[in-house]
Amino acid sequence: MTIFGVPTQALFGQLLIGLINGAFYALLSLGLSVIFGLLNIINFTHGAQYMMGAFVAYFLLQWAGLGYWWALLIAPVVVGVTGIVLERTMLKRLYQLDHLYGLLLTFGFALIIQGLFRDQYGSSGLPYSMPGQLAGGRNLGFMFLPNYRAWVIAFSLAVCLATWYVIERTRLGSYLRAATENPALVQAFGINVPRMITLTYGFGVGLAALAGVLAAPIYQVNPLMGADLIIVVFAVVVIGGLGSIMGSIVTGFGLGVVEGFTKVFYPEASNTVIFVIMAVVLLVRPAGLFGRAS
Amino acid sequence: MTATAREYVGAAAPVTTGVPLAQVAAFAVMTAVLVAAPFLAYPVFLMKALCFALFACAFNLLIGYVGLLSFGHAVFLGTAGYAAAHSAKVWGFPPELAILFGTAVAAGLGIVIGALAIRSKGIYFANITLALAQMVYFFCLQAAFTGGEDGIQSVPRGALLGFLDLRDTLTLYFVVLAIFLAGFLLIYRAIHSPFGQVLKAIRENEARAISLGYRAERYKLLAFVLSATFAGLAGATKALVFQLASLTDVHWTMSGEVVLMTLLGGLGTVFGPVVGAFIVVALENYLAHLGAWVTIVQGAIFVVCVLTFRRGVIGELGKLLGKSL
Repeated sequence: MTIFGVPTQALFGQLLIGLINGAFYALLSLGLSVIFGLLNIINFTHGAQYMMGAFVAYFLLQWAGLGYWWALLIAPVVVGVTGIVLERTMLKRLYQLDHLYGLLLTFGFALIIQGLFRDQYGSSGLPYSMPGQLAGGRNLGFMFLPNYRAWVIAFSLAVCLATWYVIERTRLGSYLRAATENPALVQAFGINVPRMITLTYGFGVGLAALAGVLAAPIYQVNPLMGADLIIVVFAVVVIGGLGSIMGSIVTGFGLGVVEGFTKVFYPEASNTVIFVIMAVVLLVRPAGLFGRAS
Repeated sequence: MTATAREYVGAAAPVTTGVPLAQVAAFAVMTAVLVAAPFLAYPVFLMKALCFALFACAFNLLIGYVGLLSFGHAVFLGTAGYAAAHSAKVWGFPPELAILFGTAVAAGLGIVIGALAIRSKGIYFANITLALAQMVYFFCLQAAFTGGEDGIQSVPRGALLGFLDLRDTLTLYFVVLAIFLAGFLLIYRAIHSPFGQVLKAIRENEARAISLGYRAERYKLLAFVLSATFAGLAGATKALVFQLASLTDVHWTMSGEVVLMTLLGGLGTVFGPVVGAFIVVALENYLAHLGAWVTIVQGAIFVVCVLTFRRGVIGELGKLLGKSL
């Protein structure tokens, strides 16, 4: 069976890969958006923190014998705490300055972290095996669906939607949104805004680390796994509209799928399609698909 | 917390008219040092540093005087290098035409990327230039004429204007020095012209500049294209010096390096980018055998500069002397 001259097997295969990539785009751009909303900085360290998540999972297995499920729980917390330390000791000092300084500082940190890991572990990947419960796959008739990949898509979608729910539908989220609009006023109401900023940064970083753990069995654990990925995620964030929660989720998954299909129909453009879409979106809607015009 | 209350990027650049004596003296010292340098230091290292110094000056034109941080400036350096190398090697262009062609290609690309990016500001601008640059990088990776991972190798240097044999290292050095000084002075002229004053006005308060009747978008676009053009001039020259155009020069790590050079030397200072470029290139030379440590040291410089040293080397020196350098 073929669609537009392409075998359905290949089409669904690329759709699956697209959804997987989209899951990572969504998780990473969601974290970036949450951080941007409150701190007004683009967290350039995000790719390095994603990589750290995968490495923490690797270390837990090597040193403590703790497997994938523990890593899924522990790695985001550990990496999130390093993020909190970074925010408390350094980022905090930059809030009164031009926001570009925050970008430069986090860029510097990305270089340091990636350099240190590359010095220790080289540039080739370290294998990380997937949990036994999720090995194998099932035949859906039109395609073969590996269990682990189905899990990644379902789990990251669940995390994204839960984050959306907390921010848009709960009291805590309403504080967060209020602080995004006017931190001084929210502070005046007796809410500890600096602590909220710190925890938000830690949470965004934790999301990146979570994506790293999910990615470890698929892409291996590599010091540079986040270096180029983060630039694609920047484009995703621009397309979705910076600071928009639902925008990050929808465009993340959507662009992953578009990229997957481009691999089928016009492979030469698969690396650039997201950037081309970004250029078009900028021309038509400069604030992004889901962003509010400033 | 209004925008004007912040310490903005490039705050070191005051609005001045005329040419201060301190800057004339500093220029004389710089020129004298650069003329004597090839007899004291390794000329190829110096030429590399000069190309990066021009690149950083071009970048500084944008961040220091318009307040726009482009995170994709390597694209202009790299594509100009490819264009110059291809035209010299495949089409047999003489060096002066190859450099001009490379510069023109960078200018053209500057118009396209600038027109897209200039509609945004601050972090968005940095993000968008980075993403567009990554797109060009992937194009260069796949296009046939760039040679992919191999790049364009053994580019002929030829003879400048038919009689200056560039295969001679010392001749080449002085040609590169002349190109650098010409670029440096043109950028200086642009910054200190009425055009440059309007740029600074837009940086300080865009809404007010618009209300005074200046078409801010056009000024910003022109500044972007100028910056891209001089970055291209640096890239085209670099391709002839090293007889090589490669993916390294288009990659985002190179865009990061030029930010580092300018930040370390002093954002919005006249001589800062030159000093920053020499320091960073020298550092890379000394640390090259340590592999990943080059990146770590670069990252550490970023962190230290942003946290404690925002004026950069020349900015601090200028403050010490009470002069704007």
